[in-house]
Amino acid sequence: MRTRISLDKVRGPFVTRVEEISGEDLLACNQCGKCSAGCPVVEAMDILPSQVIRMAQLGMEQVLESNTVWICASCLTCVTRCPKGVDLPRLMETLRQLALREGVAKLELDALPPELVQAVPQLAIVGGFRKYIK
Amino acid sequence: MSIPYYPGCTLSTKAKNYDRSGRAVAESLGMELEELPEWQCCGATFPLVLDDSLALVAPTRILYQAQQAGERVTALCAICFHVLRRSQALLKRDPEMLERINWFTEQEYGGEVRVAHFLEILRDDLGWEALAEKIVRPLTGLRVAPYYGCLLLRPYEEISLDDPENPAILHDLARALGAEPVDFPYNVECCGSYLTVKEPQVSETLSQDIVASAREHGADVIITACPLCQFNLDYPQRETEAGRAGNEIPILYFTQLMAVALGLPEETWGLEDHYVRLDLNLEGEAS
Amino acid sequence: MERALVIGAGISGMQAALDIANSGYEVLLVEKGPTIGGRMAQLSETFPTLDCSSCILTPRMVEVGQHSNIRLLTLSEVTAVEGEAGNFGVQILRHPRYVDEEKCVACGACAKICPVQVPSEFERGLSQRSAIYMPFPQAVPAVYHLDRDVCQDCGKCAEKCPAQAIDYDMQPQTLEVDVRAIIVATGYDLYDGEAVRAYGYGSYPDVLNGLEFERLLSASGPTGGEVLRPSDGKVPKEIVFIQCAGSRNPEHGMPYCSKICCMYTAKHAILYKHRVHDGQAYSFYMDVRAGGKGYEEFVTRAMEEDRTLYIRGRVSKVFPQNGKLVVWGADTLTGQKIEIAADMVIVATAIVPSEGARQVAEMLGIEVDEFGFYVPSNEEMTPVESGVPGIFLSGVGLGPRDIPETVAQASGAAAKALALLEAAKERTAHG
Repeated sequence: MRTRISLDKVRGPFVTRVEEISGEDLLACNQCGKCSAGCPVVEAMDILPSQVIRMAQLGMEQVLESNTVWICASCLTCVTRCPKGVDLPRLMETLRQLALREGVAKLELDALPPELVQAVPQLAIVGGFRKYIK
Repeated sequence: MSIPYYPGCTLSTKAKNYDRSGRAVAESLGMELEELPEWQCCGATFPLVLDDSLALVAPTRILYQAQQAGERVTALCAICFHVLRRSQALLKRDPEMLERINWFTEQEYGGEVRVAHFLEILRDDLGWEALAEKIVRPLTGLRVAPYYGCLLLRPYEEISLDDPENPAILHDLARALGAEPVDFPYNVECCGSYLTVKEPQVSETLSQDIVASAREHGADVIITACPLCQFNLDYPQRETEAGRAGNEIPILYFTQLMAVALGLPEETWGLEDHYVRLDLNLEGEAS
Repeated sequence: MERALVIGAGISGMQAALDIANSGYEVLLVEKGPTIGGRMAQLSETFPTLDCSSCILTPRMVEVGQHSNIRLLTLSEVTAVEGEAGNFGVQILRHPRYVDEEKCVACGACAKICPVQVPSEFERGLSQRSAIYMPFPQAVPAVYHLDRDVCQDCGKCAEKCPAQAIDYDMQPQTLEVDVRAIIVATGYDLYDGEAVRAYGYGSYPDVLNGLEFERLLSASGPTGGEVLRPSDGKVPKEIVFIQCAGSRNPEHGMPYCSKICCMYTAKHAILYKHRVHDGQAYSFYMDVRAGGKGYEEFVTRAMEEDRTLYIRGRVSKVFPQNGKLVVWGADTLTGQKIEIAADMVIVATAIVPSEGARQVAEMLGIEVDEFGFYVPSNEEMTPVESGVPGIFLSGVGLGPRDIPETVAQASGAAAKALALLEAAKERTAHG
């Protein structure tokens, strides 16, 4: 696994856009891992939340290929405990939005058991639509 | 006294028992919940990106309606509360955004409405002592595990309802009802939230861990303030073809236990509308 | 004789006092507590040598106690200072010990009969002491102290004392003294705020901080040097060390690095393994800061000889489950959340200035930073000089540092003070 890093990647359009839309300073994260340590859904993720921000720091757009941002439940535990006050939920949402705005759609209600869809409170459906489809 | 009240879509449909018990409880305490005459869904999510103004339109409309009704608005649904509280905070600190939304909605929202969760009103306006005095059926011996979830408490800087790591508001409520609050380490861990409609098995695992933790610490019942938390913890415990373990824990809204303890009529309790039923004998003990 | 004042009698103040006294000048050594020795007296062993801390400290304590040029004032505080470099007028308040230092023979009969039991400050609350007590057997002065705040006034100790040394009517005394120079060496304590309470410190009995663990490790401590869980007295087979607990945390704790924790955590892991041969130590770290001489080798020893598993990632939560403490941390190197069910958790918490340091600074007119650490006039070039001429600084009161630095700075501050004492002597001789 080799990645070429250069000025136009680490200060390039991807990084700039991510920082703009999230309002977060990516370099404030010193990769301590506390967010990952407290994340309730980390077991289902292919890379750690802290690795998501790491990839963003390195300008690696392929971070959008991981499932992590879609497993994130926006529970806000990470930002509550982050020693640097980095708002990782905002970054997660930003990456989701970047994908969604490109036409990616991650909600498949048809794939769910019908009884579940029938029974679930509508705020889950509304929320699901807001989070996983544009 | 009447308080402008935003029920939200879920309390008007799938979680009617939360709404019914909440209204009955409020009225019996002399603070009638007065539903806003006009409202729509809050959107169920607070926009975490900085460039999504459209997501603020729905909450701002609700805040405008609240403004017409008075100077504050309350909600029972923790997610509605979270969206409204954070939207209000954003509009307050970003006058440019407020102007933009007002231009779009053609409504003049002034940005001054106070958003209060009903639990705050109980704690700060009524007080636990005053509540305890009104209890006619103290829930003596009932071990109540308060489950706070995420959005009622976090992010602390904007929500500021209670300590996000060691909250006490539902513990204090349980005590005021005569019950015994049960502390358990998973009481602020996420239930999975909307993941239920995307990765239901992830939500189910979280739910099992939370309920198991409460069970380990001796809980008879879990109380919550969010209809999605309620569903996520209750639904996996439902009766299926595979049968049941027999150690299920009922997941109730805090207002339901309040209705029981305040001696309100049984039709306001709504205990039968859950997958796991809490059976109360007349003495008020769990079985 | 020309005289200097040293405030604080831990190793820093003691070293400065000895350097000045050995140069032929008088030192007034003022210490708030009942004994000298400071934090070093509470340590089991020191890094990187693993010397027994008391063994290297107590000879120096005795030297201080017996030095003809050092006037030791324990249970005392400086209450006012005026004047300028070369000519300070100092007011000192001596709190009553209620035990006559000349008469007490340190037999301990008073403590044996005393009905009161309160948590021992020296043992960091891990065991009790009586109202009339000696903090530890090698205390200097070797005299008991009656803590009137918890005393029940039963009169039993005075009855029992074979030397009639106890005097309930002892009064506070005030002294006015002239000194040529002042050295401030008030030391440190450990942070006890939100960031470390999040790990259960203060709530769960088996979560301890570094100084508490030192008392467990110490042969003269509450467990005789055996590592035992405070909750049930069992030996912890798996122990987790959480580094940076409270430090490097601008949001919830102290933003700075406390410098010595990587080293003392490695030390704790090594000493734990020496006591519990079949135990396993884990250390959650962000970086390993081991810059001193022999330090890197010391940490390597903890890893390779004593098989401590270093896990790179901070801890998010600690909670009790089935008699164990579940630790949720991260290993950023393999990209995993790590869960350990530990028997004991040690938090390497942030270093903070001693209580009262701010008031001392205000009284002296010297600068402190936002955390209460003293600020030298220039960090690089005059690290032991305060902004006020004639007032010098030494030790952890300036910020986190280890024993070698503290002792060296004490000598540095002493040298600065000696210049003023010399100048005054010259003036007197030729004046």
